[in-house]
Amino acid sequence: MNIIVCVKQVIDPDTPISAFVVDEIQKKVIPAQGISPVINGYCENAVEAALQIKEASGGGTITVLSLGTKFVMDVMKKPLSMGADNMVLIQDELTLNLDSFGIVKALAAAINKIGTADMVICGQQASDWDNAHIPLGISETLQIPCITSVLKIHMSDHKVRAHSALPDGYQVFETQTPALITVNNLYGEPRYPTLRGIMQASRKTPEIWSLSDLGLSGSDLEPSIELTELSIPISSGNCEMIKGENDVDTGRLLALKLREEKII
Amino acid sequence: MSEILVFSEVKQNKLDSSTGELLSAGQKLSKELNIPLSIIIFNATDSLKDEARQWGADNIYTANDQLLESSIDEVYLEALQQVCAFVNPSVILAAKTSLGRNVAARIAYRLNSSVAQDCIDISGDEKTGKITVTRPVYGGNARAKFTFNGTATKVAILRVKSFECPEQNISKVSEVHQINIKIDKSKLKLNLVDTVKQESKGIKLEEASVIVGGGRGLGGPEPFKHLEELAKILNGAVGASRAVCDAGWLDHSYQIGLTGKTVTPELYITIGISGASQHMAGCSSSKNIVAINKDEDANIFKAANFGVIGDWETILPSFTKTIRELIDS
Repeated sequence: MNIIVCVKQVIDPDTPISAFVVDEIQKKVIPAQGISPVINGYCENAVEAALQIKEASGGGTITVLSLGTKFVMDVMKKPLSMGADNMVLIQDELTLNLDSFGIVKALAAAINKIGTADMVICGQQASDWDNAHIPLGISETLQIPCITSVLKIHMSDHKVRAHSALPDGYQVFETQTPALITVNNLYGEPRYPTLRGIMQASRKTPEIWSLSDLGLSGSDLEPSIELTELSIPISSGNCEMIKGENDVDTGRLLALKLREEKII
Repeated sequence: MSEILVFSEVKQNKLDSSTGELLSAGQKLSKELNIPLSIIIFNATDSLKDEARQWGADNIYTANDQLLESSIDEVYLEALQQVCAFVNPSVILAAKTSLGRNVAARIAYRLNSSVAQDCIDISGDEKTGKITVTRPVYGGNARAKFTFNGTATKVAILRVKSFECPEQNISKVSEVHQINIKIDKSKLKLNLVDTVKQESKGIKLEEASVIVGGGRGLGGPEPFKHLEELAKILNGAVGASRAVCDAGWLDHSYQIGLTGKTVTPELYITIGISGASQHMAGCSSSKNIVAINKDEDANIFKAANFGVIGDWETILPSFTKTIRELIDS
């Protein structure tokens, strides 16, 4: 079973709000000093799903694929230390100008170039730009089946059977490989890297591709949507503090306040 | 070309309130761009068409196929693609529901157009024809505005409850057009084998108008019974922060936040929740936030409307008791 897992390096979403700074002119988030980026949470779930599928099928290769510019190798190697086999990075300054359509074109081209994938697995969305449609775009571009929010998956030969989460239950789908699935935290906790895994990962060197290696040039990648403003929303900052003679009194006053404001 | 097409969703034989919200946003955009507002209703009944009329649609498109009876993304995608071939809309509006967000994003790629997800505002400029959307990004820590380029169909997926559902009284003289579509079953890539409904106990988090949320500050799973009690009095639901679910005090279906559920209640009472951006991403659209926390520097107080600094163990019982008295009286 050959699997490609798409992952993204993101600013740690647990960065304290006080350390979250936006350059409004450059329309960029300035990474906080001393807080290292992380692999997007749902992408770690995707790596876990890939590892479980590989273990169940008894063989194959897991290739981790990512796109970006300033990769922190210690961070990016986490999927390798969890047990993935190889890594391909599309590392190119031109990717900075891409919109989601451009990113999809690049990732789809890389998936084709890697070749022989039975399964593409992506995190449902990334915690930075929250687009949630890159995986859908990849499945449309590659014209392969797509099952979203997968809770459980079973594969035998070329058959896929997966549970796809609904707000009030789940659907069970069957399809054929090659296919794409997305996962989120409902899939289950990603495993921790073992010491052995970390040692093995440290000896692996990711393959680096540029956009031109994928046969893509500027004119293919004109953005169809443009970021025109990025700012930090001003919080209302007018929290009315309720304080009674003691905590018991405070609880009572809070309830009365909510009634007075007709909230309850 | 030059019309706004709303992708409608039907729940219990009625247009979903999220569709009403789309028509509300669509009416605003229709005025700004001076183009008509249309809606596609699949397998429409007369009462559904009436609802769309009362919600202010100029054109009502209907298209029927038996396969649309089951809610499969791929089937709706095929159907919408055939509708778009007929209508050729300049804008498609869909709601960020489990169906809407997948179908709308995928149609954008099929039409080789452009898409913006999770929009909380949308506006158009008649002179330039440009459409701009506002989206919370970085877990709600930042706000981004995007402008669509080019002439291809623009797809905007709107966050549920970002727009008020209009009153159903607009009584438009809408034109109804029947579009013939045919879903070719052999072209579908997925085979739906089973649909399993899991009845949730009580009120669903996403639909609750009151939520009582607990965080790490509660110290363990046991105190959640007090939150349940309060939620029950207020006819609401219990939610939790990621820390609570990661610790296994409650399962992940209770989780509110970036990696959990997005909620938009009228009242969100948080107890022992610090208000990390992770969490706020899922609840910042709540109408009123009440925070009970012992740390006066907790971030939650920046977002809250009413705050109490102190020990929940003594505050909560008297708060709950007074609420019960107020509700009962």
